[in-house]
Amino acid sequence: MSMDHLVRVVEKEYLKEDIPEIRPGDTVKLYLRVREGNRERTQVFQGIVIGIRGSGLSRTITVRRIASGGIGVERIVPLHSPVLQKIEVVRKGKVRKAKLYYLRNIRGKIKIKERR
Amino acid sequence: MKMILGRKVGMTQIFDENGNAIPVTVIKAGPVVVVQKKTPETDGYSAVQLGFEEIPERKVNKPMLGHFKRAGVKPMRVLKEFRVDDVSGYEIGQTIDVSVFEPGEVVDVTGWTKGRGYAGAMKRWGFQGGPKSHGSKFHRMLGSVGQHSEPSKIFKGKKMAGRYGNERVTVRNLKVVKVDPENGLLVVKGGVPGARGGLLLIRSAKAPKIRKGEA
Repeated sequence: MSMDHLVRVVEKEYLKEDIPEIRPGDTVKLYLRVREGNRERTQVFQGIVIGIRGSGLSRTITVRRIASGGIGVERIVPLHSPVLQKIEVVRKGKVRKAKLYYLRNIRGKIKIKERR
Repeated sequence: MKMILGRKVGMTQIFDENGNAIPVTVIKAGPVVVVQKKTPETDGYSAVQLGFEEIPERKVNKPMLGHFKRAGVKPMRVLKEFRVDDVSGYEIGQTIDVSVFEPGEVVDVTGWTKGRGYAGAMKRWGFQGGPKSHGSKFHRMLGSVGQHSEPSKIFKGKKMAGRYGNERVTVRNLKVVKVDPENGLLVVKGGVPGARGGLLLIRSAKAPKIRKGEA
């Protein structure tokens, strides 16, 4: 019985339509809604997409950036979550793998070719 | 009391305004038709019998066809009874669809769990089992089943391997998140028993209780 399309019918209402095409290796800017006590503000998180997972409403991306002090920080963000207010692709990267987990082991500067 | 029959479609997640992901089950429910009313005078108890999923006449046998003809409804694949206090609110032939439910209300969902066949004590009862390695020869067995010459028997009801699953289970107090009358869909928070495509009985919660973490 193929009833999966009914699940998609339910998901459809919650899906965002303004998400740009994102691929592993791209550098993206995430505008995240952060709650501090009862104050809300937008936090910007810029980094490299090292993995994309899931489909439909449950699609998530893993974004890695090197924070001050050379500490790697990764955020896993559900693309369709209302917490993610906006997403911008800063640079398109050309990579040959779907998951860029090897970047975690690179000490120096990460070089990714630009895709056009 | 409101009730309906449905089939499990599958699970997904949706987001609330704070960005929390809520696990939800999508149910294709109804429309159902009242086929029979049972009253204390004629049957000794009161209940309504609901029919779900129309089927062609050639698929039902003659006794059942007579039952449907008497009610003046089309033959149905599924017939289920719901006990009610008073049947006077129902008419034979009346259709019930998902629009009787509203988002925010609480329902009980009954289904039949996935059959797991002859399962060991670890799967069936959650026993610990033994070490997998380091020279161990005791892996998935259930351990001691009782004492010695006194009582010289294994007590009845001892948890052992055996048939597991395929039993009727009711999950109580699931919150209705969304109702889609157009597609006949009911979306409830949390999981329900059974495989996708499995039959479900949905009714207003018997003892409504707000679950933890919900206002």
